[in-house]
Parts: sequence; structure tokens; C-alpha cells
Amino acid sequence: MERILFGDNQFFAVNHISDEKSRAQSIKFKDDAAIIKTLDDARDAGINTFMCTTHDRILNICNIIRANPEKYKDFEIFPCMPYAHKYANAVTELGIVGTLKQYVPGNFFGSLFKGGVAYLSKDYLSIMELLIDSEMKMFKGIKTPVVFLQNVITDLLLGLRAEEIFVAFHQYIRKKYDAEAGFITMNMPKLLDVLEKGGIQNPVICSSINKAGFRMSGGKELYEKTLATRKVRAIAMQVLGGGAISPKEAIEYVCKLPNIESILFGASSKGNINETANLIKKFDKELVS
Amino acid sequence: MLKVALIGAGKMGISHLSILGAHPDVDVVGVCDTSKMVNDFLTKYGKFNCFTDYKKMMDEVKPDAVFVAVPTKFHYTIIKDLLEKNVHVFAEKPFCLTTIQGEELVKTAGAKKLVNQIGYHNKFVGTFSEVKKIVNSGALGDIYHFIGEAYGPVVTKKKQDTWRSDPAEGGGCLLDYASHVIDLINDILSPVSAAKGSLLKSVYSTNVEDAVYSLLELSSGVNGVLSVNWSDDTYRKMSTSVTVIGTKGKIISDANELKVYFKDAIPNGYSKGWNVKYITDLTEEVDFYLRGEEYSAQIDYFVKAATGKVPNTINTFESAWYTDRAISIIKNSSK
Repeated sequence: MERILFGDNQFFAVNHISDEKSRAQSIKFKDDAAIIKTLDDARDAGINTFMCTTHDRILNICNIIRANPEKYKDFEIFPCMPYAHKYANAVTELGIVGTLKQYVPGNFFGSLFKGGVAYLSKDYLSIMELLIDSEMKMFKGIKTPVVFLQNVITDLLLGLRAEEIFVAFHQYIRKKYDAEAGFITMNMPKLLDVLEKGGIQNPVICSSINKAGFRMSGGKELYEKTLATRKVRAIAMQVLGGGAISPKEAIEYVCKLPNIESILFGASSKGNINETANLIKKFDKELVS
Repeated sequence: MLKVALIGAGKMGISHLSILGAHPDVDVVGVCDTSKMVNDFLTKYGKFNCFTDYKKMMDEVKPDAVFVAVPTKFHYTIIKDLLEKNVHVFAEKPFCLTTIQGEELVKTAGAKKLVNQIGYHNKFVGTFSEVKKIVNSGALGDIYHFIGEAYGPVVTKKKQDTWRSDPAEGGGCLLDYASHVIDLINDILSPVSAAKGSLLKSVYSTNVEDAVYSLLELSSGVNGVLSVNWSDDTYRKMSTSVTVIGTKGKIISDANELKVYFKDAIPNGYSKGWNVKYITDLTEEVDFYLRGEEYSAQIDYFVKAATGKVPNTINTFESAWYTDRAISIIKNSSK
């Protein structure tokens, strides 16, 4: 994985500290051309990996990338699935089973729902595989070396103790897409324990890691200890801690932590992209020398 | 360990179950749902003990506390039954479909000294608790107006009917979205006592309202506006906000950002003029996070109350009853 990954929150009006900024971003990124322009700004700053949710609009972005193979020959995408709000809104309306009926492709449910027979593990895993395939369709022909499970699903399954699903996800991503499975979580130490128990060694885990200790469930000290003593390919996100600390202080903290393979951030303007990327490069260099 | 059972493993129920499953002081002893698919999943993967009949579950697993996350129309019967069995109850919002039903449950829970809580999770959001603190400090002077708002994309086209589109089952924007805002206003200022006029508007739904607009009066005498719309797809998800205006200042706050203006009286940690605070500064970390700190915090609070570690004072049945009452006031004034 590259040291710096570019995120997509700003494109889809995800702003964890301000609804006003969210709306401003919605307006700014109304057209796909504005998204592509920002991705190109990130590439100019040396960031060639785009980590994004499987939002409907990403399909258009993928089409543009496929249409310009020379320009995007070094470009990679880390898909994160599912785009949770799509399903969350559907569950509110249709219920859990109704939502699955709507989103699982093919006639799988038609045949399954008729009998009163018990559901087998393979049924749930088939559902998972069908959902992954439908979410992965939009990336066909684009390099996707790591495929992530979004935090709402990861953490939901973690609390439900459904570890076997993580293992199945990991195996399927490897087998079908020749890619590494990644997990986004707000509960990194707890997830690492569970993944290791399930036999997944040195997993790719993306989680909030910031000086303010924001969304680091279990506490900042536990995260620091986990990074220092365990085998994990960590990606730090929300490194600015929602905006409470200065970018310089925030980036310095993350760069100096052990075992952080990559840093994920998103920004709307060329100036902000360059500022954050340069800070990361600067502190990385200081550490080497 | 507190022995907890869950009735209703739908959207909110599953989320509660996950948080309960990760809670170090909780032993989930039973789950009851009508969906075979959900039950089989929870049995197979989470090794939960699943039932389709909650009475059978109660008899077999004998929990100390029960989470109720079924459609609102079943709340009264199930909660009444649970209180009779002497268990602590956490129920989803809104509380009951009528104030008469709710009043009975408030009395029973009080008489039996059982811990009772309703899932109005905004009370556990740091920005809104800060709003309440500032209002109570008196720094805004005499409060003379408020605006309570919530917008989001639940019903954004004509769709098939579910229980959410049936007013008799607890569907509609007033019971679902608006109840959150009313509950916040009740808590931060004082309970709604009258409605000067209300509009319940359908946008896409045929049987229920998709928007609620109301001019409200509180028992403190303050007037304000309620504006709620769940058919607004310019929002990515539900966004709730409150504005409170007084003679010495004004607050505008949502779940992420609190903006407050002080004319002269300045509480600790603030300065004259505009101040902005973010949820990042106002949130206490939780041990397990799913969807928002407030969901874990409210469950943790309930578990602590049920084990006698904190008083049972936030989101009680009684406070939720005032919200039910406001809902019926708004409904009547719209006729």
C-alpha cells in the first residue's frame, strides 16, 4: 500500500463536524468533472490510490478512468463496501429481509423463501458473495488491490460475534478478486483480536487514529500499545481528529507512531491536499534522518 | 453481569444487540424475533439463544432487563407484560401510541421501582447536552424563541406500504422523525403544552405525513417553531438541529457543531460574540463504537442504572410520556 491514500468523504458531503460544510461540498462536487479534477490534484501531489465507498456516483468516475487508460495507468482504487446509507435507508423502509430481497441479484431469494427450511451457513455466505460481486461490478478493469468492509458492517458483525463472516470475506476477496481484504473499524484493538483468532494474520485495518483520541474506542493508549506490539497493517484515518487540533501537530503525531503503513485523508482543494501531503512527507523524512 | 434479552431484531434491535454483545457487563441471554432468517443467522454466528415467542423466552431465560425494539403499536402490551415480570425495560422511541397507555406504564414502572428508559439517543449527543448546560446557566438571558428542526431522506418517492406508512402502527414523520426534536425541546427548554397551529403534510406518502410544521408553546410560556421533513433528499442522513434565542445570546446547534453567540454574560470556556464548538471536543469516548457514541452511551447508562451505579433520570418513561403528549397535541391542532 502507498504511504498516502486519498479518501472520498468530501465528494459525498460526509463531514463529521459541520452540516454547513457538508452542503458546501455537495454544491462543489455536483459534477463528476469536479471530482476528477480533485483526484488529478491528488495525483499531482503523488497520491495514486483512491479509497472510496461503492457510492452510485463512483461508477461514473470509474467510467472516466477506464476511458483514459494511459493517464490513469498507475491509478488504483481501494473499494469500501457497502455504501451503508443506501442499505440503511432501505432497511428503514423494507426491513432486513426486504432489503436483501431488493439488493441480492438473481433469483436466490425466490427459491430460498418458499420453504420453511433452516438457513445454512452456505446460504448466508452465498448472499455475502452475491452482494460483494454486485458492488465490485463498477470497478471492472481497474486495479483494486485491497477491498474493504465498511465500518458500520464490520463493527455490527463484531458486536454480533459473527467472526466467521470476516474470515469468509477475507477468503472470498482473495479467491475471486486476487486482492487483500481490509477492514474499516472504530474498534481496532478488539477487531484485531478477533481477526487473529479467526486465523487472519497481519490484517489490513483502517481505523481512526489521531492525537485527540477521537473515535479510538477502548482508548488512545490501547491503540498505541497495539500498534507498538502487534502485527497489523494499519491505516490511520480521521488523523485530524475532526479538526480539533492543528494539521501540523496532528500529522506529526501519526507519522511518529510505529506500524502505520498508510495515512488516509480527503480534501476538497488543491491547497489542502498539498499541505497535508507535504506535512506527511516532511515528518516521514525527519524520522528517517 | 446483567442478564439482558432483546425483543425485536430489526434495524434498531440488531444495532442494540451488537452493542450489548460487546458490553463487558452484559450477558445477552435471549433474542426474540419473528424472522427465521434473522434468528438462524444470530444462532449460527453469534451463538445467541433465539426465540419467536417472547413469553416463552421470558420463562426460559429469566433476564434482569429487556430491550424492546418492535413497532410502536406493540410497545404497550409488551412493556406492561415485562413490568409485571419485574424486569428493567429499555424501549425504542416513541414510547406509546396514546398518553393513557403511557401514563399507566409510567406509574407501574415507578411503583415497582424498575429502571425504565426510552431510546431518544440525542440526549447522549455531546453538543445537545452542552446546549442544555448553557441554557440552564442563564447566559442567554430571557429565552423568547426556539426553532427545532430535522430533515432527512427517508421517503423520497412514492413507495410500497410498510408499518411505517400506517399511522395506527406508529408510522409517519411526526412519530418517527419529529418525536426526536420534540423530545430535545422538552428536555432543553420545557415540555410542550400547546400548539397554536400545526400542518401535517404528505409529500409522497398516501396514509401518513412526510412533514410536520407547528407553532408550539412550552409550559414555561416560550413559543417556537417545529419544522421537520423526512422527504428532503438534499440531506444524506437525518440532521437534527435546535436554535434557542434569548435576550443575551443565541445558540444554533446540530449533532456535530454548536455555534453560540454571547452578548455579555459569558460562561467558562467561552468568549464574547460567536463561539464554535465541535462534537470532537464534547464527546466522551466509548468502549465500543457503532454508528455514533450516543448509541453506546445510552446503553451503557441503562446498564449502569439497572445495576444501581447511576440514577435512572435520563430518558425515563415519564420524559418520553411528555413527548407522546406533545405528539397528540400537535395531531389535534392539525385537524
